[in-house]
Amino acid sequence: MNKELYGTLIFELSRPGRTGFSLPKKQTEGGVESSIPAALRREKTLDLPEVDEPTVVRHYTNSSNNNFGVDTGFYPLGSCTMKYNPKINEEIAADATVARLHPAAPDSTVQGALEIYWTLQRALCEIGGMAEFTLNPFAGAHGELTGLMVIHAYHDSRGDSARTKVIVPDSAHGTNPASAAVCGYKIVEVKSLPDGTVDVDDLRSKLDESVAAVMMTNPNTVGMFERSIPEIAEAVHAAGALLYYDGANLNPMLGVARPGDMGFDVMHINLHKTFSTPHGGGGPGAGPVGVRAGLEEFLPNPRVMRKADGSFEARDTDTALGRISMWLGNYTVLMRALAYIKILGAEGLGMAGKLATLNANYIMHRLKDLYLLPIPGPCKHEFVFDGLIDKSTGVTTLNVAKRLLDFGFHAPTIYFPLLFHESLMIEPTETESPETLDRFIDVMRQIAREAAEEPQTVIDAPHTTPVSHPDDTEAALHPVVTFDEL
Amino acid sequence: MIKYLPSHEYARVEGNVAYVGISPYAAAQLGNVVYVDMPEQGDDVTAGEDFGAIESVKAASDLFAPVSGAVIEANEELIDNPRLVNEDPLKHWIIKVEMTDPSELDALLDQEAYDALCAAEKH
Amino acid sequence: MPHTASDIERMLAACGASSLDDLYSDVPEELRLNRPYNLPEACSEMEVRDFFAAMRAKMKPLKCFAGGGFYDHYTPAAINSILSRSEFLTAYTPYQPEISQGTLQYIFEYQTIMSRLTGMDVSNASMYDGATATAEAMMMTVAAARKRNRVLISETVNTAVAQVCATYARYHGVTLEVIPQDGGVTSRAEFEMMVKAGDVAGVIVSQPNMFGIVEDYTGWADTCHAAKALMAMNCQASPLAVLRTPGEWGADIACGDAQSLGMPLNFGGPYLGYICTTKALIRKMPGRIVGATKDAKGNRVFVLTLQAREQHIRREKATSNICSNQGLMALHTAVYCSLMGPEGLRQVNEISAANAHYLVEQLCVTGKMEQAYPDKPYLNEALMRVKPGLTATAIIEAAEKAGILAGVTVADDLLLVCATEMQTRDDIDRYVQLVKSL
Repeated sequence: MNKELYGTLIFELSRPGRTGFSLPKKQTEGGVESSIPAALRREKTLDLPEVDEPTVVRHYTNSSNNNFGVDTGFYPLGSCTMKYNPKINEEIAADATVARLHPAAPDSTVQGALEIYWTLQRALCEIGGMAEFTLNPFAGAHGELTGLMVIHAYHDSRGDSARTKVIVPDSAHGTNPASAAVCGYKIVEVKSLPDGTVDVDDLRSKLDESVAAVMMTNPNTVGMFERSIPEIAEAVHAAGALLYYDGANLNPMLGVARPGDMGFDVMHINLHKTFSTPHGGGGPGAGPVGVRAGLEEFLPNPRVMRKADGSFEARDTDTALGRISMWLGNYTVLMRALAYIKILGAEGLGMAGKLATLNANYIMHRLKDLYLLPIPGPCKHEFVFDGLIDKSTGVTTLNVAKRLLDFGFHAPTIYFPLLFHESLMIEPTETESPETLDRFIDVMRQIAREAAEEPQTVIDAPHTTPVSHPDDTEAALHPVVTFDEL
Repeated sequence: MIKYLPSHEYARVEGNVAYVGISPYAAAQLGNVVYVDMPEQGDDVTAGEDFGAIESVKAASDLFAPVSGAVIEANEELIDNPRLVNEDPLKHWIIKVEMTDPSELDALLDQEAYDALCAAEKH
Repeated sequence: MPHTASDIERMLAACGASSLDDLYSDVPEELRLNRPYNLPEACSEMEVRDFFAAMRAKMKPLKCFAGGGFYDHYTPAAINSILSRSEFLTAYTPYQPEISQGTLQYIFEYQTIMSRLTGMDVSNASMYDGATATAEAMMMTVAAARKRNRVLISETVNTAVAQVCATYARYHGVTLEVIPQDGGVTSRAEFEMMVKAGDVAGVIVSQPNMFGIVEDYTGWADTCHAAKALMAMNCQASPLAVLRTPGEWGADIACGDAQSLGMPLNFGGPYLGYICTTKALIRKMPGRIVGATKDAKGNRVFVLTLQAREQHIRREKATSNICSNQGLMALHTAVYCSLMGPEGLRQVNEISAANAHYLVEQLCVTGKMEQAYPDKPYLNEALMRVKPGLTATAIIEAAEKAGILAGVTVADDLLLVCATEMQTRDDIDRYVQLVKSL
């Protein structure tokens, strides 16, 4: 990554008349003017960059050098599972044949594409302990919403319309309550115990016939396994509600325990976390949704199914919750995830979760003498520090996070979960070598030392990044969101 | 007279008119206010229901009406300069409400009870 | 996974554990899987390639005359080269602006480009696809209207888009009503009547519509605004280079799919949903937004902004739950529009319109089909009525054997055909000859 800011925008490289495209000559008569009356045509001239191809390529290459990715360095971003994205995934997804497949093409011409989708569905069923999956949701949050719609449709099908609430733990990611709200539910929070797990008594007191679902992650957002989950599942089901599994933290459970076996009814998986598809600076991801037996019929349209003759079809059903995407989701992301599952195989997947947990525990043990560990382990794939133990230095979690950038590490997740004031959430994933972890640990220890000896160095960080201390308040006070407003 | 909701909105009462804003404690908790979303003049607000929202860089809170009535004025100064809320939240009210039921004030916290609430929130 | 046996031993010792299973002592025995997954053994890269090659052998790409929301356009070679850069590909959401200027900058460029294409003031950082972006636009009109939750959607909006809106409406508590079509376009009279009935938060129309027709929305925004309703327009992105923009129609929200900006069909995705609006509504817009600001050195830099509106902050008060975007596809959009420029986009639409009109005329000449709405203007797509004796399905099947995707079947006797810059005159002639022979 370059330490110098590139900073130029493509619009500033534009010169009238320059072009960077290659199109065939027009071979037929007519065009826009003869087809569309003037009143329906664009009035204002379209102002787009006018640049040649080398300029475009250099611009984005230079700009990319101000970016940090998993390929650049260690990315211990808690709750985001930033594991290495194997290159074979990219090769598989860049398929010139798939690139040309139109969603409306006859099923007979897209059998291979449907089979890829179906094969991944089956693999996720085995990994999740579920009966059926849809791969249509585009992201984790979209999966949550889809899963809640499944639950809504299930209650509706039983004429059980009085269920208006969804229960979420107070440690839950903000997406859980937001998804429930978008799905039309009222949100009830359940308390956490001091060890970060759900207070089962508090949960019981809130369960009644007005509750549609309880949403949980397991392990939860502080990296603790919810050992009361069988009891919780029983109570939830006794109240007639369904138990939803937020798959954000599935990675450490690979090969160990399956959400379906824990008693969850509906779940989603983030393929861009557990199954190594790249995050792409925010997307495209994928948030497949799995359901236990008995809920398959509510999955969204279109569904991919295998017919009696062994061929595959994508079709709509009447009982579905409806439709949540134009077609079958972010298809090439699904191809990447299947490539990953094939490369690791049954045994490799089983090992991935355990090594992710080992890496997290290793960092935790080697730093807990300097950073405050509010919940003692063993943790699973991630853990949370509540800032430095020594609170007298004035150095905050934000400062520690920014100082890490100076040493070539991405920052951990900060100020989440909301259970602690100075949350610093670290998730190393299984793809990091012990040497990388040791170097990270050394740097974290050095930052703790700096905090005690020269706190200003940490408070003023970062010092070596292309950009330092952007003014967030000004950005929000007077939003400038296009070049034309600059 | 000034009274508060537990959600930190105040109603400063002059005759039949309530000036509604957020408390200095709430303003300090929010940090730099960057945006205030408020109703228009003539809109009705209902005690206990949200009438707008206030945003800082890191947080957004809905604003709840301490009293019911018609909005006789929205403080448009806050559109261009929302940070006035941080400077003096009691002076820079958000809406002015013509109360329809002044007895609603009885259900609100007085200064002493509100101060105790804030002290408790700070631990 | 890089760990050797001795690494694992050393690390376990540091954790005070004697085995990896020790770290799972809190998982109750009865919940444990205690068996390997019932999945195939690990494959080598060669074997993975072989598997996908076998799948590829069961795919047959066709010369594409189908649209229906997915358009076969040319993808410049440089795009994949740039999108493959791991600095972009393997980055997360740009929460740390100090080391994410690359991502933030292209999103800012994307926002500018989409604002200019749609003629709106502002854009967010992108949504999932055109259907979900339109559903989000629907919820945005309800959130902005506060106490009204009735939204009208034209019958001429793409079926999949309308179905997604209906699904979101059902669960979100939006009353979604359909404005009937009349002669292939949204009924003006019904629209006026339904809006004036009152209590409407928003109206959703499309351009070009599901039949490929370019509708005339003169005065529609005024009708909406007089009723305090917001007007949302679902538009295919590429044609916006030549068609009157949502901004010029006076719309409050523009939304839709940007797939037509050279994104490979890829059997449905990834594409990009966009949503643009007016400056007045910026804080009601869902999703991520990148803004410009200054850093301590005085440099112009970019950050995620207006985050307080986002779901992870608002939690149960959220009116949208999106907390990501189609990052890499926003980069695709920025690179595509930079390479194409105004002239390239104009040519794409010129060639597409010319090819589509040639195709439609020639298909009519065969005597086997006629235009379903011959008096309505269209750009690159038109609805054909198949004459008795022949069906849309029969045409699709026969064409498939000839390596052609003849269109999208709308009904037994209705076939939606499309042309872009991707077909040569010979391709079109071949398709027409085939129809003639049926």
